[in-house]
Amino acid sequence: MNTALSWIKAYVPELDCTDKEYCDAMTLTGTKVEGYERTDKNLQSIVVGQILKIEKHPDADKLIVCQVNVGSRTIQIVTGAPNVKEGDKVPVVLDGGKVAGGHDGGPLPENGIQIKAGKLRGVPSEGMMCSIEELGSDRNFYPEAPENGIYIFDDSAEVGTDAIEALGLHDTVFEYEITSNRVDCYSILGIAREAAATFGKPFVPPAVKKTGNDEKAEDYISVEVQDMELCTRYCARVVKNIKIAPSPKWMQRRLAASGIRPINNLVDITNYVMEEYGQPMHAYDLDTITGRKIIVRRAKDGDEFQTLDGQMRTLDKDVLMICDAEKEIGIAGIMGGENSKITDDVKTVLFEAATFNGANIRKSAKRIGLRTDASGIFEKGLEPHNAQAAIDRACALIEELGCGEVVGGMVDVKAPLKEPVRILFEPEKTNAFLGTDIAHEEMLKIFERIEIVYDEKTNELICPPFRQDLLGFADIAEEVARFYGYDKIPVTLPNGEATAGKHTFEQRIAEKAREVAEFCGFSQCMCYSFESPKVFDKLLIPEESPLRRTVTIANPLGEDFSIMRTLPLNGMLTSLATNYNRRNKDVRLYEMGNVYYPKQVPLTELPEERMMLTFGMYGEGDFFTMKGVIEELFEYIGMRERITYAPDADKPFLHPGRKALIWYQGHDVGYLGEVHPQVLDNYDIGTRAYIAVLDMTEIVPLASFDRKYEGLTRFPAVTRDLSMIVPKDIRVGQLEDIILQRGGKILENAELFDLYEGEQIREGCKSVAYSLTFRAKDRTLEESDISGAMKKILNGLQGMGVELRS
Amino acid sequence: MKEKLAKIKEEALRQIEDSDALEKLNEVRVNFLGKKGELTTVLKSMKDVAPEERPKVGQMVNELRDEIERVLEQAKSKMEEKAREAAMKREVIDVTLPAKRNLVGHRHPNRIVLDEVERIFIGMGYEVVEGPEVEYDYYNFEALNIPADHPAKDEQDTFYVTNDILLRTQTSPVQVRTMEKGKLPIRMIAPGRVFRSDEVDATHSPSFHQIEGMIVDKGITFADLKGTLAQFAKELFGEKTKVKFRPHHFPFTEPSAEVDVSCFKCGGEGCRFCKGSGWIEILGCGMVHPKVLKMSGIDPDVYSGFAFGIGLERITLLKYEIDDMRLLYENDIRFLKQF
Repeated sequence: MNTALSWIKAYVPELDCTDKEYCDAMTLTGTKVEGYERTDKNLQSIVVGQILKIEKHPDADKLIVCQVNVGSRTIQIVTGAPNVKEGDKVPVVLDGGKVAGGHDGGPLPENGIQIKAGKLRGVPSEGMMCSIEELGSDRNFYPEAPENGIYIFDDSAEVGTDAIEALGLHDTVFEYEITSNRVDCYSILGIAREAAATFGKPFVPPAVKKTGNDEKAEDYISVEVQDMELCTRYCARVVKNIKIAPSPKWMQRRLAASGIRPINNLVDITNYVMEEYGQPMHAYDLDTITGRKIIVRRAKDGDEFQTLDGQMRTLDKDVLMICDAEKEIGIAGIMGGENSKITDDVKTVLFEAATFNGANIRKSAKRIGLRTDASGIFEKGLEPHNAQAAIDRACALIEELGCGEVVGGMVDVKAPLKEPVRILFEPEKTNAFLGTDIAHEEMLKIFERIEIVYDEKTNELICPPFRQDLLGFADIAEEVARFYGYDKIPVTLPNGEATAGKHTFEQRIAEKAREVAEFCGFSQCMCYSFESPKVFDKLLIPEESPLRRTVTIANPLGEDFSIMRTLPLNGMLTSLATNYNRRNKDVRLYEMGNVYYPKQVPLTELPEERMMLTFGMYGEGDFFTMKGVIEELFEYIGMRERITYAPDADKPFLHPGRKALIWYQGHDVGYLGEVHPQVLDNYDIGTRAYIAVLDMTEIVPLASFDRKYEGLTRFPAVTRDLSMIVPKDIRVGQLEDIILQRGGKILENAELFDLYEGEQIREGCKSVAYSLTFRAKDRTLEESDISGAMKKILNGLQGMGVELRS
Repeated sequence: MKEKLAKIKEEALRQIEDSDALEKLNEVRVNFLGKKGELTTVLKSMKDVAPEERPKVGQMVNELRDEIERVLEQAKSKMEEKAREAAMKREVIDVTLPAKRNLVGHRHPNRIVLDEVERIFIGMGYEVVEGPEVEYDYYNFEALNIPADHPAKDEQDTFYVTNDILLRTQTSPVQVRTMEKGKLPIRMIAPGRVFRSDEVDATHSPSFHQIEGMIVDKGITFADLKGTLAQFAKELFGEKTKVKFRPHHFPFTEPSAEVDVSCFKCGGEGCRFCKGSGWIEILGCGMVHPKVLKMSGIDPDVYSGFAFGIGLERITLLKYEIDDMRLLYENDIRFLKQF
């Protein structure tokens, strides 16, 4: 919301502060100033001048030479402006002065434009006459300014005086951020009231005198509200003998500062009152209202209606309509109808100031797809008392401006007005809550400033109706706090029962996992949780796969963000692709993030969220590098039993010959593999890439930080090499199973040291060699211990068709 | 005999002096101290010495042996030292040649900041609590004093899954879930992913992170809120950081405030970071609304509390002077390696 400080000062006449002081003080009491700008920024040495004489320029057809009286003297100005004539009073910037912008109305330069005396085609020129654009404004706000040329004052302007003053540009426009609870502050009066309370100055709202002739409004119009829940109040007044004319300059200036273009007295008055009171009003041409009757009712499903912007709108039964005896004439709180639009030859006007159910207006505007300035205000839920105040103010302005003859009285249909809210005055409790020691009297003074009345008899605070946000103790405490000053409230630390700050076990495991990933060269990445359903095709997920059952967003930003991921791969592969595309070498990334499995589709309860740790890499390293990372991690988080890898992983996005499920103590804890070449193509990754996915939800219960020291044995180790010819289709993992099972307690380690296929080895076989280390903790091993173990191992291996190499 | 020994000594020392290699020293050792060496010969000739003289001569021989041993040893270590020095001279390397770097990963800047925030609050006795990202409307809105028709529901631009299941727009639902468990006092922070329907651009993302914190106990005051957040700001942005509390409105807290910190780039002088104001807005907070306490089964007449919410990305962008939020989710390794 933007408003001129001069308008605020009109109602807080004693307000005397700099722009900066105003900005800071208002922000600290809760009316946040987002920014402010002086309207006379970069306007210097500009006076009202009068053109005494105009001559042609001797050397230029399009230039003229003017003698201009600037009060103290007469100066010569050369100009190309087409619109000036002798006797005109114009803004003149003197030598050394500044204007805000160029005459083309383009963006204003930060430091304005300095004007210096000089020569134009050989003729001296001692200043410049200004267009409205050069003064930093435009014809929207100064409709009397010519389309192309110098601004010309009316004759009342006094020669030699400050032209900026005459234009009303010595002002500052403040932009506020009003919080949604303070509906009352979406108005000049609301802000002025806050300003008065902030600075401790009197608030002097406009005095609205009684208006109207001897006639009665109800003789002109009747009002029937059929749905009091949606329309809490409907005030109607009538103005006849309308005389449309421009509104006075002071009104135009104030509207312009708020960013509203002046149009004519009637429109300007409604806009002015809207700004001032925060109550939108609507004006109907009374002669278009059939039966001189207003009916406020719901529309019917499928009704169509043409709004005054000429568009047809489809309605439904929850849209509230303003109707006459025959037809709809406006969508309540949103936009009037084409059929009752005011034209320049309007004779009698019906003013409407109504309040509607905010939520209903908001939803209707959304459904119809028509959000207007008015609906934006109504949806906040306006307070019914204010409707009458606003309509009375409008009528007073009608009379003041001679815009028409106000008919006496008002037709007022309303639900019973709410009783004022009463809240117990509890100063001790307030102090205890705020951590302050504010005297009761000081609190009462604060209440008085913001029109909260203290009822001594009941010890209650009576809240004014415009403060719809004051409902209970905490609200009162906030009022005290913000006017006492948040900055004056002490700074303490909570005492009370000590609590142990901590991470959960799960969080600690996750942290360890991040550490290990980083040791292993993987950098942490972050990917979106939602993605496109097309991802499944890219990842070669079959049509019938349960992974395609997803948590689907009803109102996504677009298909690309429409489902919650069931696989963590798309983000990882996309990130790898981004890096590949940018020619980054040797990329290793990891991500810790959830996947979402719906328990049923459509959802009736929350989905299962599982934390996945995903690794992805390309460049240096291969499948076994990735496998190494997993084993480092497991060791680090206390998972020190044997990990097994099953190559039968049902993961279509992985290379069929280079993939494995990871099993740990009977749990399927994840998978790893090389990315399927087709998937690499789908992501435009032109090199082999590897991924691993660990299901942290599965892993956490298997992990542990418990460690127990095992004595470092002093007894010597004995090693034996085991060279074998093995049928090709037997995996070394299978050999290891046998070796470890049968080696017994004394087998300390079995390490693969050679693997060979090719010449010298017969077709269909490979050569595999292990180095076995035996050791006992409590004695030196005897030859018989070792030969016994070896024999068992060999027996087992021979059962698989393995031969010893001689 | 004495003279003989003196002669041996002189000869031995001379030979040691003349030796220029370890082998030569060895020869000297053999010549004088070996089984057939000169000193051994002297000892063997002891039988020619008068018995009363024998101990004396024996002692002299031993002393001479020790002396030669000592000098030999000295010469040896000198020689070894020389040899080592020569070797090291040959082994000079160009230390300006490139380092062999280990491949070590880097942590995401968001996570680094979160780690820091968690460290600070854990130090103040807060637990780190997590909750579901797909959440019931009740926990995300209603239990936080945002009823069905409340405009804040629109303001937050929520992604809905069904009428009553949504992607959480804040991590405050975790606070409600914690309160409902009924274990008091509560000191918690709830970091996590949240979602709002904002198109991706330099300052917006439909998915980002929040850290919400809450304390509920007897006698918690607004002054405690100020103290706690001032402490936090100092820890996160530096000891000199000042904080400013401005009144604001949030449905689930009352009184509410927005908190600015003195600009940690310019120290409050005014710069392009703080847009000249010297202050940077970093979080929203307030006293937990009595209605919110009541809805979660906590008696607001006995307990009070405060809550705050911090946008993680906002802090990350500010702290590292990152000018485009999209970089956080692009995962370009050249970006990630800078942290």
